[in-house]
Amino acid sequence: MSLRTVEMALATPGVDAEGRPTRVPLGAATGTGTYDEEFGAEHMLVNIGPQHPATHGVLRLVLELEGETVKRCIPHLGYLHSGFEKLGEYRHYNQIIPLTDRTDYLSPMANNVCLALAAEKLMGIQVPERCRVLRVIACEMSRIISHLVWLGTTGIDLGAFTPFLWSFQQRERIYNLQEMWTGARLTTSLTRVGGMMADVPEGFEAGLRDFTRTFPKTLTEVDTMFTRNAIWIGRTQGVGVLTAAEATNYSLSGPMLRASGVDYDVRKDRPYLDYETYDFDVPVGEHGDIYDRYRVRLEEMWQSNRILEQALDRLARLQGAPINVSDPRVILPAKSRAMSDMEAMIFHFKQVMEGVKPPVGEAYMGIENPKGELGYYFVSDGTAKPVRWRIRPPSFINLSSLPKMCEGALLSDVIAINASVDIVMGEVDR
Amino acid sequence: MTAPVSPSAGALRAEFGDAIVRHAVSCGDTIVYVGRERAHDVLAWLHETPGQQFDYLTDVTAVEYRDPERPLEVVWQLRSLPRKADLRVKVELDKRGPLEVASVWDLWHGADWLEREVYDMFGVVFTGHPDLRRILMWETYAEGYPLRKDFPLRGHFSRAEQTRQALAANPEAHYSMEELSIAEAFNELPADMRERLARGERGFLK
Repeated sequence: MSLRTVEMALATPGVDAEGRPTRVPLGAATGTGTYDEEFGAEHMLVNIGPQHPATHGVLRLVLELEGETVKRCIPHLGYLHSGFEKLGEYRHYNQIIPLTDRTDYLSPMANNVCLALAAEKLMGIQVPERCRVLRVIACEMSRIISHLVWLGTTGIDLGAFTPFLWSFQQRERIYNLQEMWTGARLTTSLTRVGGMMADVPEGFEAGLRDFTRTFPKTLTEVDTMFTRNAIWIGRTQGVGVLTAAEATNYSLSGPMLRASGVDYDVRKDRPYLDYETYDFDVPVGEHGDIYDRYRVRLEEMWQSNRILEQALDRLARLQGAPINVSDPRVILPAKSRAMSDMEAMIFHFKQVMEGVKPPVGEAYMGIENPKGELGYYFVSDGTAKPVRWRIRPPSFINLSSLPKMCEGALLSDVIAINASVDIVMGEVDR
Repeated sequence: MTAPVSPSAGALRAEFGDAIVRHAVSCGDTIVYVGRERAHDVLAWLHETPGQQFDYLTDVTAVEYRDPERPLEVVWQLRSLPRKADLRVKVELDKRGPLEVASVWDLWHGADWLEREVYDMFGVVFTGHPDLRRILMWETYAEGYPLRKDFPLRGHFSRAEQTRQALAANPEAHYSMEELSIAEAFNELPADMRERLARGERGFLK
């Protein structure tokens, strides 16, 4: 057994120290003696999904089993394919933002931020500081709710129901804040190219302060419940292992990559939104198994909480500062001005009718989403609609390592491994 | 403000000469255009050479422009984790010729599904890919390649035809050949379907 942060002797009944079963299976004593030659010769095909609660959406897995061991796992995708990339080619840049809500629908705000950043990179726009702080808050709130969903559902998959209720209670608080800010709980459409849809309302900062103050209690409770739990450890340690070299080779990103010991976080390595000025740590795992992924995600929630506290301090300092760039070609003029000033009305009309026009060029913008590196790649031919809008989907690429991880695992481990990838099918299938 | 060109562009030109068609900088990112024949060599060199070490394949995708005369581009977005550097490599494919380029699956296994998606959406064939099948659309999808510019937003077929095909689909077609052989269900299929499967024709409905 390798050295771990939590070293614990596992007393699993019926298995000796080397993992061999010590108890004879039921029925063997009757001694029919005919199963010996047959056993293991036949491979069985098991279909899981697309409508199966443990596949976290409409993922379908076809498994080839030898006894209970998985010989091969063949995923089938596309049941939720919506053609977002095609739809994006028919929309103005700001009109794409509602589409991003619906890709990774567990962290819509972070997707909105990424789209705005990609379009701004294409146009060479730098947004004001208050906008950057607000976007950091949006990203970190998304990280917390996304990881909370992961924690709760993975717990359920492995038989722990209580942390699911705890995590969804906390998630509800963030959703209430999102609703307060944008009017929507899920389809937030928070950002605009060059700014934000709205500044935070009265009472939001106090609400988020309250959340950051009390949320660590839940994290501590979850930590108590899982981290040293013998069942949890038995189900997760050493299961679904990927080495650092494999994780890099499979292009994994986010907690999946870091759990394997590769220290790559877009917030640190290619900073955006002033992340380099925030004080936070990037947890990196060691063994690349489900347990390390759990530890990495749990720690990331602590770190997100830290970042939220710092961002709130900055927000208080930037009271009343502008949240949009002052460029009438990008940001709509105030309604009162559009109704009274001829020039403002023309800009308003042109923006609504023609959209924001970036120059000819292309830009790839990757941000650290809860699932991994989300990248939006825009190719522009100078018109208001992109020639190509490519989503680099972190859960799709992370999921592509599933056949590799499932090879040789037990059928029950497949559920745990699939849960540990943290997929959201809206993004996998797009 | 002009962003600096990635030093990899110069190193590539020194190593491969004419195979590097040109390079450009857009929004701070360096783009290197490579001839199709040498694309795999160039990517392998970038992957393995010390000092380049592009060990991480961020993305594989393709771009088709609205101008029908312009070639289709296959794009590799590379990242070097130790050096914290990015590079975008592109190959231009003339749409009148075969849309073929060598797979980089042997260099980065992450290319597996990404190349399948490009094949699915654009019809670009990655030679040497171990399992090049459609991934997001179903295997019997017959309308073409959705992200091509000549593909209408609502699809090539009418809604009535799309419904008819969906209802007429054989459920067995949702299992691949390998899967059918595992289940030993192959022999129970209708004879004509078995024949078509054996010939490798799984894509089209009559």
